[in-house]
Amino acid sequence: MSALTERHSGSLILGTLLLALVLSIVPLPDTLRYARPDWALLVLLYWNLHLPDRVGVGAAWLVGLLQDALVGSLLGQHALAYTLCAYIAVKLHQRLRLYPLWQQAISISVLLALAQLLFLWINGILGRPVNITLYWLPTLLGMLIWPLLAFVLRFLQRST
Amino acid sequence: MAVLVIASVVLMTLDHRQHHLESFRSALSVLIYPIQWLVDLPSNTTDWFQESLASRRSLQEENDRLKTEQLLLKAELQKYQSLQTENQRLRKLLDSSFKVGERVLIAELLSVDLDPYRHEILLNKGSRDGVYVGQPIVDASGVMGQITQVTPLTATAMLITDPSHAIPVQVDRNGLRSVAQGIGSIEWLSLPHIPNSADIHEGDLLVTSGLGGRFPPGYPVARVERLQRDPGEAFAKIFARPLAALDRSREVLLIWTGDSGQQTQPAAPPAAEPAP
Repeated sequence: MSALTERHSGSLILGTLLLALVLSIVPLPDTLRYARPDWALLVLLYWNLHLPDRVGVGAAWLVGLLQDALVGSLLGQHALAYTLCAYIAVKLHQRLRLYPLWQQAISISVLLALAQLLFLWINGILGRPVNITLYWLPTLLGMLIWPLLAFVLRFLQRST
Repeated sequence: MAVLVIASVVLMTLDHRQHHLESFRSALSVLIYPIQWLVDLPSNTTDWFQESLASRRSLQEENDRLKTEQLLLKAELQKYQSLQTENQRLRKLLDSSFKVGERVLIAELLSVDLDPYRHEILLNKGSRDGVYVGQPIVDASGVMGQITQVTPLTATAMLITDPSHAIPVQVDRNGLRSVAQGIGSIEWLSLPHIPNSADIHEGDLLVTSGLGGRFPPGYPVARVERLQRDPGEAFAKIFARPLAALDRSREVLLIWTGDSGQQTQPAAPPAAEPAP
């Protein structure tokens, strides 16, 4: 990869991650608030799978920290979950990348569920109640969105 | 990887146990302020467009309406001033101290969504304007909540309906004291531990009692709307509806409660503008 394309993909990575962070605090109507997929983690996982040398565990930790500050959660909560998910994604990137998109989506949903589970534990330790019936909706939506997201991001990646 | 995981766990513990991380959080918040500003931008610009594109007629109508409203309010204020002096005179007779007239500052909400499982809002005033943790916020019709986190440019406030929030109140009619707790629904507060025989009815106004020293006394909080007295239970089930427009307000008032001596917070620095 030449220096020029590298810089291009660098700005693309940064831009998409920023956009994901914006999407994670954009105001939604009350009924949709509980269904917001974890955009930051989804985009992060895409880059973990496709450019594991550039977006690794460290980047995941930083994005998680920013996400913590943005949504006002306990500092380090998202950072921890994102780090773990990114670690698994980077470890398995060669295998996951070969899957067809729908199969990838299922694997990704496992990672999303892992993050949600960690949040549930942390909230439980802190004694904060959550709405348990809607709690796994973001995971499900994230899984459904994955093929689309991967398609769009791959298109962007190819075109730069 | 292991280092980062340990770092996150240490961060979480520090953040939860003590508040050593305030400066770190402030630094982060300055970093993410552009993102918040960006998200707030659309609603901000729509407001601006609505104002600048409004027709002359509707502006005139609004002006007329505001003038009438101001006249009415001024008339009420005259009455209030004479009542205030009378009240102070009577209290002096009774030898009890009473302070009226608090400093206030208007803050605007940033329209960003926070954690959906907590009732929190983000304000566009921070420690640069003298906002402090524990400061009460109200809107035009009632108490909204209190400040829980302050950064240089923004402040996070917890609403009174958050499940971990409780506010000391009293029934305006007879002074019956209680605590109103949030139950996680934006429309309801719960009043636990009120005996079945207590004198409280549907429609009773609940105002802040000033106990606990965090909220100034006398601000309206909620109105009792649902009341169940089950003889088999020890306490009545009482639910009240908050008066403040918790999920609709765009502007809120920050109140400086003054140095009443019972507070643990530092007194507000003199930088903020005084009440009109």
